[in-house]
Amino acid sequence: MKLIKKLIDRIGVPTFAVSLLLLVILVMAGFMGQSIPTLLSDILKRVGMNGLLVLAMVPSIKSGTGPNFALPVGIEGGLIAMVCCMQLDLSGWTLLLCASLLTIVFCTLLGYIYGKLMNAVKGAEMTIATYSGFSIVALFNILWLALPFSNRKMGWMLGTGLRETIQLDSFHAAQIISDLGAVKLGKFLIPTGTLVLFALACLAVNFFFNTKQGYAIYAGGVNPRFADASGLNNDRSRLLANILSTIIAGLGIIVYAQGYGYTQLYNGPMMMSFPAVAAVLIGGATASRVSIFNVVIGTFIFQGLMTAAMPVANQLFSGTDLSDIMRQIIQNGVILYALTKVKNGGKS
Amino acid sequence: MNELLCKLTGNEQFDGKEWILDHIVTIIFWVFIILGFILSDGVTINWFLTELCNRFYRNAFLVLSLIIPVIAGLGLNFGITVGAIAGQLAIIFVRYFDMGGIGGFALAMLLSTPIAILIGWLCGILYNKTRGQEMIASLIVGYFGNGVYMFIVLFVVGAIIPVAAEHTMILPGGVGVRMSVDMGSIYYALENLLQVKFAPFMAGVSGLYFIWTVFKRFFKKLAIGEKRMSNLGFALNGGLSLALCLLFVYQIATEGSLTIVRKVPIGTVAMILLLALFTRWIMTTKLGQDFRACGQNQHIAESNGINVNRTRIIATIISTVLAAWGMILYLQNIGTLNVYTAHTNMGFFSVAAILVGGATASRATVGQALTGCLLFQAMFILSPEIGQSVFGQAALGEYFRTFMLYGVIGVSLGLYVWRAHKKQKLVLPPRDEVKVE
Repeated sequence: MKLIKKLIDRIGVPTFAVSLLLLVILVMAGFMGQSIPTLLSDILKRVGMNGLLVLAMVPSIKSGTGPNFALPVGIEGGLIAMVCCMQLDLSGWTLLLCASLLTIVFCTLLGYIYGKLMNAVKGAEMTIATYSGFSIVALFNILWLALPFSNRKMGWMLGTGLRETIQLDSFHAAQIISDLGAVKLGKFLIPTGTLVLFALACLAVNFFFNTKQGYAIYAGGVNPRFADASGLNNDRSRLLANILSTIIAGLGIIVYAQGYGYTQLYNGPMMMSFPAVAAVLIGGATASRVSIFNVVIGTFIFQGLMTAAMPVANQLFSGTDLSDIMRQIIQNGVILYALTKVKNGGKS
Repeated sequence: MNELLCKLTGNEQFDGKEWILDHIVTIIFWVFIILGFILSDGVTINWFLTELCNRFYRNAFLVLSLIIPVIAGLGLNFGITVGAIAGQLAIIFVRYFDMGGIGGFALAMLLSTPIAILIGWLCGILYNKTRGQEMIASLIVGYFGNGVYMFIVLFVVGAIIPVAAEHTMILPGGVGVRMSVDMGSIYYALENLLQVKFAPFMAGVSGLYFIWTVFKRFFKKLAIGEKRMSNLGFALNGGLSLALCLLFVYQIATEGSLTIVRKVPIGTVAMILLLALFTRWIMTTKLGQDFRACGQNQHIAESNGINVNRTRIIATIISTVLAAWGMILYLQNIGTLNVYTAHTNMGFFSVAAILVGGATASRATVGQALTGCLLFQAMFILSPEIGQSVFGQAALGEYFRTFMLYGVIGVSLGLYVWRAHKKQKLVLPPRDEVKVE
């Protein structure tokens, strides 16, 4: 009993509870005759797809802005970059690479504005960030409809405006990163490309936070007044971190879209920040402390749970959407739990 | 608007720039609505007023339920979504036993109360643990509550609570509630009690208001506790109400277009009015003063012997219960309950409405809630019309109003925090310097 308590203290309640649940569900899946290799390869596939979106949390948490609830800001930057490249009828790797480069441009711009905003509303970042995310999705809804994109592969059959989902198959860009060097062992498929990409991105972010600039951001996040007193420009650090977070989110959606096979426009990105926030929190991060390790573990556990729960729940209670309900409860429960641990919480 | 102008004249240290920043969202909405009328063709005034009134009767109660948490320092309670859920659970129960009419309506309100109290109590505890982050917490509570609610209506009903599988409300498998529940004779139960024609009603109300302003202006001794009106305030208030009164009298006499606006449901209006009076009344009680004290400074309130935690929980409970009732009121006007979606946007709509009225995260009045509700709904009605007539696409207008919905919340909350920071800097010496010394 003592051992369990010590373990919980060490890894945190959400990590412990959710990984326990994952274990139970995996065991259940095994007993119910689900193919474990298929499940595992599905999990890996989704880890690769979602990894970068979760990684985007790292710079913003480290800088003291809190989890990036404005993930849609970066996502929309990535989407518009993709759509612009599709308009030029690029395809395959050219499409993805050009889109990535363009994403960096757009997201730097968007991230700069967003970072300025976050500096103006210190203390209420999470609330304002959420609404920045919602607002930008609504704004881009108008743009998708109004901008003069003309490539027939992206338009509606009738009328103007872009389609809700654009098939990447027609641009020969679906799953091309995932399939790069994919290893197949029977039913077990490892999407090497996305996993390697995720690992490289993690290493890069880790490397960045070991440079002088990275330490400056970190110092500002831990104790802004002390950092200010040491002559660090805290506002600039936060701005930089938020730009970085936005860029990672933009690249993340490209990886996500190629893995999924579709780009989802309109209200698709609206709620995407919450699973990513929940994932990093499940990995053991808090609203003010995070490591790359939290990201990797969190993504794996959360995506694992989402992937494994669906077939199990469907088999147990066919016809009900129980796995999605479970996702909502766990995802938001974990975020709420983290909010109670925010520093200025507790008794007045 | 009346209140706005009163303030304008009453304040001696009036600063135009500050005033505009204070009311920027409201101003944008007025401009938008006026432009909307000019740009969109085919919007007749009676159709517009019918739509507007209908939406106002539906939503005003929910918007008013936000005021008390704001005063108590909890910020804008996006968690009224869970209050709405409590209302929906009560309605599902009442409709399962096929109760209807005004009795069914009252029973639903009665049943939703204990559920809402329980939920409000839990939320209150949570908000006490997430001090300083109540708004994001209440938003997430809405999503969390949605998950739990889905679990109840999709799974617990049928799998744990036994229900008749062949009931029309239950899904074919015998587990879970169907997508939409017909409100039966609860539909319009309250509205049908007593309805008065729009034009005479408005003429009467504005006439009475005119008499009230005269009374307030010239017999100040009789109006206990009320400040005497300034001349400008009187001219504006009295002039407007008199003009309005005369307009409606003229319309009735000539049977103009304003006489065919939807009738006024006295029951609903009475409930909204009662809540408005209740909110004002509670601020004069000890509890109300405690709310205000907690909202201004929790430390000082605590050291003055106020149980801050308890007060905040009470504020949350009141708001949640009111939201549950507001949702029932809303649904009796709509007629069908979309079990899985009806509640989801309630928090956003209501918060946006009160912000449009000029409220902030720490200051809200009944007047702001009601004007905000009117302005916001007017924008909602006009947006697709503008999209249609200016761009030839109604969908564009619909996306635009979603943008306004979230934009309003984001902009006004952002401005509020930004200005609070600026004021703090003006009053206090920079904290960092103090620390360094």
